[in-house]
Amino acid sequence: MAGAGKKEVLILDYGTGNIQSLSYAFSRRGYTTVLSNNFDQIQAAERIIFPGVGAAKMAMQKLKENGLDLIIPGLTQPVLGICLGMQLMCRSSEEGDTTGLGIFDVDVRKFNCGVKVPCVGWNQLTEVKTSLFEGVHKQDYVYLIHSYYAPACEETIALTCYGTPYSAGLRKKNFFGVQFHPEKSGPVGEQILDNFLKLPTNDITS
Amino acid sequence: MTTKRIIPCLDIAEGRTVKGVNFKELRDAGDPVELAKYYSDSGADELVFLDISASQEKRKTLRSLVKQVAKAINIPFTVGGGISAVEDVKALLDSGADKVSINSSAVRNPELINELSSTFGRQCITVAIDAKQKLNQWEVYLMGGNKAAGLELFDWAREVEKRGAGEILFTSMDHDGTKIGFANEALARLSSQVNIPIIASGGAGNISHFLDAFTLGKADAALAASVFHFKEIEIADLKRAMKERGIAVRL
Repeated sequence: MAGAGKKEVLILDYGTGNIQSLSYAFSRRGYTTVLSNNFDQIQAAERIIFPGVGAAKMAMQKLKENGLDLIIPGLTQPVLGICLGMQLMCRSSEEGDTTGLGIFDVDVRKFNCGVKVPCVGWNQLTEVKTSLFEGVHKQDYVYLIHSYYAPACEETIALTCYGTPYSAGLRKKNFFGVQFHPEKSGPVGEQILDNFLKLPTNDITS
Repeated sequence: MTTKRIIPCLDIAEGRTVKGVNFKELRDAGDPVELAKYYSDSGADELVFLDISASQEKRKTLRSLVKQVAKAINIPFTVGGGISAVEDVKALLDSGADKVSINSSAVRNPELINELSSTFGRQCITVAIDAKQKLNQWEVYLMGGNKAAGLELFDWAREVEKRGAGEILFTSMDHDGTKIGFANEALARLSSQVNIPIIASGGAGNISHFLDAFTLGKADAALAASVFHFKEIEIADLKRAMKERGIAVRL
């Protein structure tokens, strides 16, 4: 693949700010980040971060304006969706009745079980699997800040609980998603970013 | 469930920490970045930076400070002070802040809360409320406590929630600086009247004050400055005490 060994991560640019912390987190691990919405650059990138802050409907609209909704589902390199990025990779979101990219076969719902919303703070992972969570243990803490969640499903690779158990991590082939912010989750989050950087850049699509 | 959060607050003026801190571990205790790193390594769950510079002119250093902090730490942090427009928030979030806190500007222009919330998402908008009790009424103050806002605390809290605040940082001016404990009754009432997280501020003097704020006051997080800066309380000791008391805490 072009650009192999470059120690570079591409962050999808579709105008949803606040990617600075992510790019600092990667630079602490010796990686540079490039922010891009260019199709060729995206196709050629070794690893891709799909960030997202804000509201689902507006974010989805911006993805479409950039045409990114069409190319993301076809990517074959490791892709990591974070927070809203993960939610947009799901089938749909109750937030603004948004249709998602449908990579993960699950519908995102609003917390509605007698808990404060947004869910803000550190919570324990109750289940972890796959190489993304290598060296991370059940009961390790991650930082979450969100009002909508993906219920547990077949593609769940990490669970946490806030009134109800839900997906802290999802995976389908080369697509990974985490509801928490690894770049804000202390050493546990850094371990997860390191794991993502160690994933093989091909051959994980099966 | 999410754990109860411990949040040291750093007052900043012209890019330097204001309250004297006496840490022999730090080369330069006036350097907010070093202090932030120290707290992050000591187990703080979040940090708040409050810019108390006298003027917008002197606040210009804030953006580069936020960048340096974001480079150095891997826990979330909030920035407040002098924010009155969408562009102010954009500049801070683009520099790496996770959340912003607005206070007087929200009182003067409540619509700002809606605007910020719909632009950036409610999760990054904290509304700080300073209040003091007068004849059984909690009155909201602005301008750092100099001027009555003509608002009642609980009404205002419900309004900021409705307008899109993600969290409320409540400071009891009657308790602030006294070290007699947090305003637990008002905190508990706030928690029952709004459905967004409440951060308790003002009055921390010892470890049991924090425990009370979480149990009696039902606070989701507690913020303090001098007890941490002067090492009267070590975050590790505080968190151990929380755990012993059965309070959910990240250790």
